Amino acid sequence: MKRTVAIVGGGPAGLAAATELRRMGVERVVVFERERDPGGIPRHCAHQGFGIRDLRSLLSGPSYARRRAQLAAAAGAEIRTRTTVTGWGTDGELELTSPTGRAEFTADAILLATGCRERPRSARLIPGTRPAGVMTTGTLQQLVHLRGVAVGSRAVVVGAEHVSFSALATLSHAGVRTVCMTTEQAHHQSFELFRMGARLRYGLRLRTQSRLTAIHGGTRVEAVELTDLATGDAELVGCDTVVLTADWIPDHELAALGGIDLDRATRGPAVDGALRTSRTGVFAAGNLLRGAETADVAALEGRHAARRIVRHLAGGGWPQRRLAINVQAPLAWITPNIAADDPTIPPRGVHLVRAATFVPDRELLVTQGDRNIWRGPVSRLQPGRSGTLPAASLAGIDPSGTAVEIRVSSPSGP
Amino acid sequence: MSAELDCDVLVVGAGVVGCAIARELSRHRLRCTLVEARADVGSATSKANTALLHTGFDAKPGSLEARLVRRGYELLSEHAPRVGIPWERVGALLVAWSDEQLTQFPAIIERAHANGYTAIQELSVGELYRREPRLGIGARGALLVPDEGIICPFTTPLAFASDAVSWGCRLLLDAPVTGLERAGDHWVAQLPGGRLRASWLINAAGLRSDELDRLAGHDRFTVTPRRGELIVYDKLAGGHVSHIILAVPTSTSKGVLVAPTVFGNVMVGPTAVDIEDKDDTGSTHEGLEYVLAETAKIVPGLADYEVTAVYVGLRAATEHSDYQLTVDAANGYACAGGIRSTGLSASLAIAEYVREGLAGAGLTLEQRQGLQPVSMPNLGERFCRPYTDGERIAADPAYGEIVCFCERVTLGEIRDALRAPVPARDADGLRRRTRAQMGRCQGFYCNARVTALLDELGAKL
Ligand SMILES: Cc1cc2nc3c(=O)[nH]c(=O)nc-3n(C[C@H](O)[C@H](O)[C@H](O)COP(=O)(O)OP(=O)(O)OC[C@H]3O[C@@H](n4cnc5c(N)ncnc54)[C@H](O)[C@@H]3O)c2cc1C
Ligand SMILES: Cc1cc2nc3c(=O)[nH]c(=O)nc-3n(C[C@H](O)[C@H](O)[C@H](O)COP(=O)(O)OP(=O)(O)OC[C@H]3O[C@@H](n4cnc5c(N)ncnc54)[C@H](O)[C@@H]3O)c2cc1C
Repeated sequence: MKRTVAIVGGGPAGLAAATELRRMGVERVVVFERERDPGGIPRHCAHQGFGIRDLRSLLSGPSYARRRAQLAAAAGAEIRTRTTVTGWGTDGELELTSPTGRAEFTADAILLATGCRERPRSARLIPGTRPAGVMTTGTLQQLVHLRGVAVGSRAVVVGAEHVSFSALATLSHAGVRTVCMTTEQAHHQSFELFRMGARLRYGLRLRTQSRLTAIHGGTRVEAVELTDLATGDAELVGCDTVVLTADWIPDHELAALGGIDLDRATRGPAVDGALRTSRTGVFAAGNLLRGAETADVAALEGRHAARRIVRHLAGGGWPQRRLAINVQAPLAWITPNIAADDPTIPPRGVHLVRAATFVPDRELLVTQGDRNIWRGPVSRLQPGRSGTLPAASLAGIDPSGTAVEIRVSSPSGP
Repeated sequence: MSAELDCDVLVVGAGVVGCAIARELSRHRLRCTLVEARADVGSATSKANTALLHTGFDAKPGSLEARLVRRGYELLSEHAPRVGIPWERVGALLVAWSDEQLTQFPAIIERAHANGYTAIQELSVGELYRREPRLGIGARGALLVPDEGIICPFTTPLAFASDAVSWGCRLLLDAPVTGLERAGDHWVAQLPGGRLRASWLINAAGLRSDELDRLAGHDRFTVTPRRGELIVYDKLAGGHVSHIILAVPTSTSKGVLVAPTVFGNVMVGPTAVDIEDKDDTGSTHEGLEYVLAETAKIVPGLADYEVTAVYVGLRAATEHSDYQLTVDAANGYACAGGIRSTGLSASLAIAEYVREGLAGAGLTLEQRQGLQPVSMPNLGERFCRPYTDGERIAADPAYGEIVCFCERVTLGEIRDALRAPVPARDADGLRRRTRAQMGRCQGFYCNARVTALLDELGAKL
């Protein structure tokens, strides 16, 4: 196929898409990656646990990152590192900055796979002084695994998701003792195995229903104030390091600069099952869609997007109608979150659903106007980990109808 | 600083005021020393303000502040573009949200006229919303002050200090003056590393100007820090306001303002709460809640955007309403203290005032010829940034290697900041000189690389 596809972001999603596009015969596939090495976030996740569903192997983050980059290169994709896509030209071309200069790049289709980041302290509006020693997991892991510098001696880890346990392992590797892990939720949001392992290995103390309400310290963190959400009691906990984990936000700047509609709930581009955005020819995949899933999920989305891109280049159209699928509290978001008039089965045949709190009753109700579309259970409803909703559940949506709402169906409800 | 060091003029405090004074004096044949307690120039109140270049339309007529803000505006608005300090004349809209506030407009206009500022004009509600369509509902009217502007608070003191240093002023950092003694016709200042003798002493110690004034033998004013908390919204919210949105002042506060920044963000604040501790630059839950509530009223759409930064500045408020600006000829001492909420705007005029005062008091000032100001690297979003400058990248590829992705700061700029006349010495210094790590991710992506560059390139100096 004599076509050019540009991929922004050389993480698992972008690299997996590049590999698949080349395998499917797209002549020119160029991946733009702003870092010095491709691979995305896994480059600095030194622990095991990557590649299970996509590569059917268990790898460390760095090996997985290298493997993904090798596969893409071997398939014939061009990977341009140290190249940042900074914006869009008037005719949809990508604007680039790299040491070789300022340039524009025109493609027949574009995949945005720019990933996500953890919200920093400022975005979380945590009051107090501004001492050194407050960082996200991303920063922590780069300091420890890419630079090998010392970070502190006693840490408080904020958050209790998968990534929080990853932070714990990094801290331990760096010789930092974790004083406690704290979450506002009633329960941690990761595997029970991780929590038990952490308790046995590091003597981890997990505080639930606890909020970080202030940071104290002069040049270096000296203590944090943790407030018990049930009682309102505040306690000072001494530490010199605070790791702010999870609380993801998609890196949606480029999408937003391109005028692409963002979903209010995910903050990522609103996409349909084919991962098509509101802008013709532009697709999105990976953590950009909604924050962090595991790398294999992101990679499989990249592969799915590649197949839909090939279909699009072969003359498949762009939806005329895009209807938003909304969620109601305590649901947090769903992705894909657009019903298109030419429906496509989403990646892995499922929509991902998150809740803002643990919802014991996992029954959902999908309505459109006064029509009940579907009612049934979802595999999981909690913060920090997604449940899956089979594509068939939403198949009854009429894309030209009124707004779609998904809510937790109360046992006594309609 | 082991032996005693002699100089003609010793300026204490390298905030925007001290730097401006040091620069002004360094144009002359003088041995000038600028000492700063902190690790960097412009790292106290001068880095944490609302960064407006005020016209002085609302100052108290007849006050020294009114005169110097007006003169400072003239000087700085002309100087800034010459040396690369980003400034934009975006104009301010003073918005009334009630009929009661509307009734104050005539008095505000009258005050502006009394201050010699006549371009102020009243706008209809329709015209207000035409100019600011995202303003919250319920505005009753507005006054347009077309000349109010926004300026880079980081580059301004740095530019002054860079000129001073390149014109021969000696800059001592991490050098707090802890004692003062008048010995015959000169001063002896006690510093951690030794003593310094100077014929003239200038107090530009900001929040501690009262303490230094007492060390110099006076008892004239007391600084009560007035905390101001601010929230900076993501650059993606940049289009939400195009003017500075001011509130109608009340007896206790100037109110919360919303303004674009030269970096392309939107800023909201400050609060105004008197506190005791001059080092307490911590933010508070109550303060942030208040700013968020005001934001929801003034520009509600901002709530949909991420917060990029929260910061706190302490105004050097005193029991007097005006600047504490005096020259004591007999004792070779000048005080430029209590410069509460307009010091950035007035800085060059304060420096001019001090220079004139010293000349009047007998200091011989002989202008040096052929002095060139230092060109500052541009941090303003509306001006050409290196990452967009193809020619510059072609000449030096380091300007094409973006290191801080959110703020698009290149390797070349970081390198330059570490080699500048007043170089960055730590990550905070680098932030103020390049914007590195100042963006929405606050270092999630680039902290490790930036700190590595500080070590590598910094060590080579
Ligand atoms: C601490 C931590 C631990 C984790 N542990 C695991 C684990 O054990 N197992 C697992 O499966 N997953 C794990 N994950 C999740 C996994 O890393 C992510 O799911 C995966 O990296 C997502 O891939 P992505 O391609 O969507 O995004 P990313 O990996 O974030 O890649 C996005 C890429 O886009 C680039 N980019 C962004 N904008 C631009 C632009 N404008 N121009 C050029 N390039 C750009 C970025 O530099 C980046 O390289 C972990 C994540 C974290 C943070
Ligand atoms: C919230 C807020 C908003 C503001 N908004 C604006 C605005 O929009 N426009 C405007 O024009 N102005 C504004 N201001 C006012 C402006 O920021 C100040 O007037 C100005 O920064 C004062 O500068 P300075 O040099 O006097 O003080 P500082 O910047 O505080 O500098 C004083 C320096 O002296 C040093 N020092 C103190 N004691 C000693 C010692 N013993 N030895 C050595 N060094 C010492 C300190 O470390 C410090 O660096 C605002 C202020 C605040 C707090």
